[in-house]
Amino acid sequence: MTGNSLDPYVAAYARRTTGMRASAIRALFAVASRPEVVSLAGGMPYLQSLPLREIAAQVERLISDEGSVALQYGSGQGIEPLREQICEIMSLEGIVAEPDDVVVTVGSQMALDLVTKIFCDPGDVILAEAPSYVGALSVFSAYQTEVVHIAMDDSGLIPEAVEEAIAGCAARGQRVKLLYTIPNFHNPAGVTLSAERRARIAEICRAAGIAVLEDNPYGLLGFDGATHRAIRADDADNVIYLGSFSKTFAPGLRIGWVLAPHAVREKLVLANEAATLNPPVFNQMMISRYLASFDWKSQIKAYRQTYAERRDAMLGALSTHMPDGTHWTVPQGGFYVWLTAPPGLDTSAMLPRAVTARVAYVPGTAFFTDGQGGSQMRLSFCFPTPDRIVEGVRRLGSVIDAEREVRATFGSDGMAGPRATGGIAGATPGVVAGVDAPSPNTA
Amino acid sequence: MTTQHIMVLAGGLSHEREVSLRSGSRLAQALRATGFDVTVRDADSQLLDWVTAHRPDAAVIALHGGRGENGSVQAVLEMTGVPFVGTESRQCRLAWDKPTAKVLLRRAGHLTPDWVTLSHNAFRDFGAAGLISALGGRFAFPLVVKPYQGGSALGTVIVHDAGEMPGALVASLAYGDVLLVERYVAGTEVAVSVIESDDGPIALPPVEIVPSGEFFDYEARYTAGMTTYHTPARLEPELMRAAADLALAAHSELGLRDVSRTDMIVTPSGEVHFLEVNVSPGLTETSMLPMSVAAADRTLGEIYDGLIGRAIGRGC
Repeated sequence: MTGNSLDPYVAAYARRTTGMRASAIRALFAVASRPEVVSLAGGMPYLQSLPLREIAAQVERLISDEGSVALQYGSGQGIEPLREQICEIMSLEGIVAEPDDVVVTVGSQMALDLVTKIFCDPGDVILAEAPSYVGALSVFSAYQTEVVHIAMDDSGLIPEAVEEAIAGCAARGQRVKLLYTIPNFHNPAGVTLSAERRARIAEICRAAGIAVLEDNPYGLLGFDGATHRAIRADDADNVIYLGSFSKTFAPGLRIGWVLAPHAVREKLVLANEAATLNPPVFNQMMISRYLASFDWKSQIKAYRQTYAERRDAMLGALSTHMPDGTHWTVPQGGFYVWLTAPPGLDTSAMLPRAVTARVAYVPGTAFFTDGQGGSQMRLSFCFPTPDRIVEGVRRLGSVIDAEREVRATFGSDGMAGPRATGGIAGATPGVVAGVDAPSPNTA
Repeated sequence: MTTQHIMVLAGGLSHEREVSLRSGSRLAQALRATGFDVTVRDADSQLLDWVTAHRPDAAVIALHGGRGENGSVQAVLEMTGVPFVGTESRQCRLAWDKPTAKVLLRRAGHLTPDWVTLSHNAFRDFGAAGLISALGGRFAFPLVVKPYQGGSALGTVIVHDAGEMPGALVASLAYGDVLLVERYVAGTEVAVSVIESDDGPIALPPVEIVPSGEFFDYEARYTAGMTTYHTPARLEPELMRAAADLALAAHSELGLRDVSRTDMIVTPSGEVHFLEVNVSPGLTETSMLPMSVAAADRTLGEIYDGLIGRAIGRGC
């Protein structure tokens, strides 16, 4: 008699599926989607302020006027009018580019996948911020790369740490292929890479022969309305730039793009065709019409105001409800605050307690591949209303208090999960806001 | 004959919501294939209004954990008068509370791993270090720490030495303020489902569980391929009977109704130890009740068709 593992393909799966398992922590997010729970976990843009009726009318006209094109297969590089508009958008951050160098993708997530596919063999190293975007880490893992995390502070990646990591990899005989960075309003850390460091990091990577993968979904969502000059603006040859309409228009359309040096672009188009044949033509044409017909810059301005109000609500509530020893970053744009809990707390272990109290966050370990982030969490302020954010943070404060009480009972020393080593990962007091270490940036 | 309208309750706000949604979806599919008109509904603040407005012919509870198994939803349905498949609210309380169920089974003469029930307050007030030391002395390591309520092995930890105790206790207490510390009994993990029919409760073929890791945790339960199941279990005939008898005894001693699943450990020396019982067994692709149903050459739709008929027949 033989047993049944319920999966006849267990022995057939590729090694890259090793981490694809059910997870008790991930399962808790099913509860977070309920309206009873204040979810500070997800990164969903707030779409209610979009001109939905006008967009609906545009969609109707798109189908009636150009349906036979919009519903047909298309180019693997994306439609040209949209690529021209993308170049106009990128010019807001100092980038001068030709539509021919742009490849439209199924969200910038697909762009991440394609770039990793054409650059990385198993075992290659990708340098990434500590912490880094969880969706990118999933892609890097699927291609069996090794991620080396680089410390950040309130000005973003630390150039000396980049140099140190490159030297360390060289000493170990490892090939570093990419430096992955989110320079603006980082996900999850909420910080922005300073102008001086952008130039310095580009220079370091160029000298080391490592391409910079600049991921910029939040660049137009700075609360003061100012944009930061892209790394790509000053280094067209060694930077691969990723952009997205998911945060500035609509994530459901799944349209992003890559701007890459010519030779890389050639391979990206072939890889894009192999993966999807072409990005959705209908969605590209819809976005193109939206950009041409609406005052999209005013829409983005409205988004900025909305998110700024929510950021303020979150920061205010954190100051009121967080216990001593808690620190958090003060984002000037984007969606996220990165919070470091008082010493000894393990935010993954605490999540069931939070869900019971009907508040959800993303534990910090999700944003690392090496076990860091145990005492940290990402809080999103993009989707809940300010009132809900305040209530969620209030609940979170109670949860942390209760967890601390339990940990105090058992003696928290030596019980914490893996500890971070420095910078944002270690939440060095002074670079962030906090109850016992107020920062000049604290709102 | 008009098509009967069945409400399948799935989701809820417990830590097992995701599992429940999968159970509900699979059950709904089976019932539709059997000919029922099925509505899958969440257990939320609109439930009572919806039931009042739509008056389904019967309800089936596919909620796991929390209010879905502790008698709360059952009490609501009892007040509405809608017949439902499953145990009455008062009896749910007995089964849901693991220490209570263990007491009742031990009192009835069955084996269950020795245990202590402790709250966070007890550790705080009496001193954690002393209690941890005493627990180690009483049970020896390894031992098991688990929440006193809840399923899917959430918050359950096997502790190998005293140094692991604080972390295990904190992890378990994140699921609730009270926990069980239980003697670890080595052996074969077996799950036996019981369904009621006109001939009384019957035990379905036992499922033997062989996880690839140390124990049958959440990951091993819900990742196909991580656990090997043998249905029927590879036990000697007398142990198969003993396992079935224990499940039937748990069903009877705790006053359960319609359907239950009892989890147990069978030791190499032939002892069968009761671990816990579920009044709303999982119905996902990796759950044990559907495996037992298939091993009995029956279908989930057919089984629940019979249970729905019984519920409608008794009127509540």
